[in-house]
Amino acid sequence: MKISKSGLIKTSVYLLPLLGLSGLMAPGAWADEVADLAAKLDAQATQTSYVFNTLLFLIGGFLVMWMAAGFAMLEAGLVRTKNVSMQCLKNITLYAVAGIMFWLIGYNLMYGIAEGRVLGPLFKPMGDFGPGGDYASASDWFFQMVFCATTASIVSGTLAERIKFWPFLIFICFLTGFIYPIVGSWEWGKGWLDAKGFSDFAGSTLVHSTGGWAALAGAIILGARKGKYEGGRVNPMPGSSMPLATLGVFILWLGWFGFNGASQLAMGTIEDVSAVARIFVNTNMAACAGVVIAILYTQIRYKNLDVTMALNGALAGLVAITAEPLTPSVPVAMLVGGLGSLLAMLTVPLLDKFKIDDVVGAIPVHLVAGIFGTLAVAFTNKDVTFMAQLTGVLAIGAFVLVTSAILWLVLKLSIGIRVSEEDEYAGLDHSEVGIAAYPEFVSQ
Amino acid sequence: MKKIEAIIKPFKLDEVKEALQGIGITGMTVVEAKGFGRQKGHTEMYRGAEYVVDFLPKLKIEIVIASDQLEAAIEAIKTTANTGKIGDGKIFVTDVEQAIRIRTGETGTNAI
Repeated sequence: MKISKSGLIKTSVYLLPLLGLSGLMAPGAWADEVADLAAKLDAQATQTSYVFNTLLFLIGGFLVMWMAAGFAMLEAGLVRTKNVSMQCLKNITLYAVAGIMFWLIGYNLMYGIAEGRVLGPLFKPMGDFGPGGDYASASDWFFQMVFCATTASIVSGTLAERIKFWPFLIFICFLTGFIYPIVGSWEWGKGWLDAKGFSDFAGSTLVHSTGGWAALAGAIILGARKGKYEGGRVNPMPGSSMPLATLGVFILWLGWFGFNGASQLAMGTIEDVSAVARIFVNTNMAACAGVVIAILYTQIRYKNLDVTMALNGALAGLVAITAEPLTPSVPVAMLVGGLGSLLAMLTVPLLDKFKIDDVVGAIPVHLVAGIFGTLAVAFTNKDVTFMAQLTGVLAIGAFVLVTSAILWLVLKLSIGIRVSEEDEYAGLDHSEVGIAAYPEFVSQ
Repeated sequence: MKKIEAIIKPFKLDEVKEALQGIGITGMTVVEAKGFGRQKGHTEMYRGAEYVVDFLPKLKIEIVIASDQLEAAIEAIKTTANTGKIGDGKIFVTDVEQAIRIRTGETGTNAI
């Protein structure tokens, strides 16, 4: 539409009185309109950020859910053929139990705790999910639940090939209903550790060390596999499927972007979404460093390239960066990942020395790298002190180790936690499950 | 009738099979096996722990042939399965009492 100079003059001649009239009307009315418009835009922005926050929880949530598949495949690949069905069964049931226990008890025990305190409500099932404040409350529950399930997954790998199914599941009920939520309440629930300045961004201690301590207690009380340490030497029992184990680690790596990335807990602003992006990058690079350190280490130390150690290295790097994936620069993130991996590599033969039989290396990867990653935050995040981190590591370590040990001992002395020697030789697929993993192949 | 059991290195199977087919032996059974003779095992490393692998993968070829084909068959297997290195395998010969073709009921050399 062409505007001629004369047309413009004519329009302004007509507009002028109107403007004058509006000035006469009231300056307040125009201000109201502006205020209304601002409020409407604000509400839209709030709605948008609510949507994006919820989206982050949902996407991060199902990525972490997928880590359950990663654990299942990793463990299935690292156990012998005669125990594969049992490993699959353990993984699918622990995931199911974790969800139920977290709904029934866990979430409110974890987040219902009063600020700075030690214990939340011990039995308060979830009610209906309301709309929530900055995000849909159901999405928050979902996101938190998958972290609880991850903790449970860690325990099943270490104890493979000789544990009984039902006692294991009973332990998981307590781990997911009580132990993990109590530990979580102390930090993410704003309990006493958070008040002390302890910082664990996505769960190096809360999830990974917790699972690791529970696994360690179990491994000691359960005992090593028959024949593993016989004859005064270490007798390896190689896993049945390197492809499955590798697939498992890649799946875990993928899921970790949700694990760390969505722990930003918000995605409705430019600051938040850039933080999520930064976390993705640091998470990835820490894993990269973990793998490289692992293969260099095994080549130099053992003169071979052990694929299972390379896989462990990736995971150790991921666990280590999990406590603080946002503040480091990429080189620092790689340093954290690389050191976490190195510590894990050193721990593997150390466990053998103490005759602690960890089938998949979950203790080096989740416990040791988890502790390291948590302490390292004091050096990568200037707002966090070493004493606060140490306090958290020690308090949570003591709590989880002691409660797990008590649980394992009670189970051992009552219903027994270990299959018989014949059953162990025949394989748990035969003795506990009754379904062979590969029925068309003759088992050893 | 004679039975030949030949333990060979697995990668030699196609060569041996073709050589046998070349002299008119058309049937055989192959079994996966593990074994060792004077060929030492080797040490491997799994997660920082050393272990010795004594048994090495082998294939056992079983053929039942007319006695007049025996020399040719042994020669065929010996030449094609040979690498000159330890672990090439062994050939054993035994007598066969009876042979029956299941589909038709033929016996003796008509069955092989």
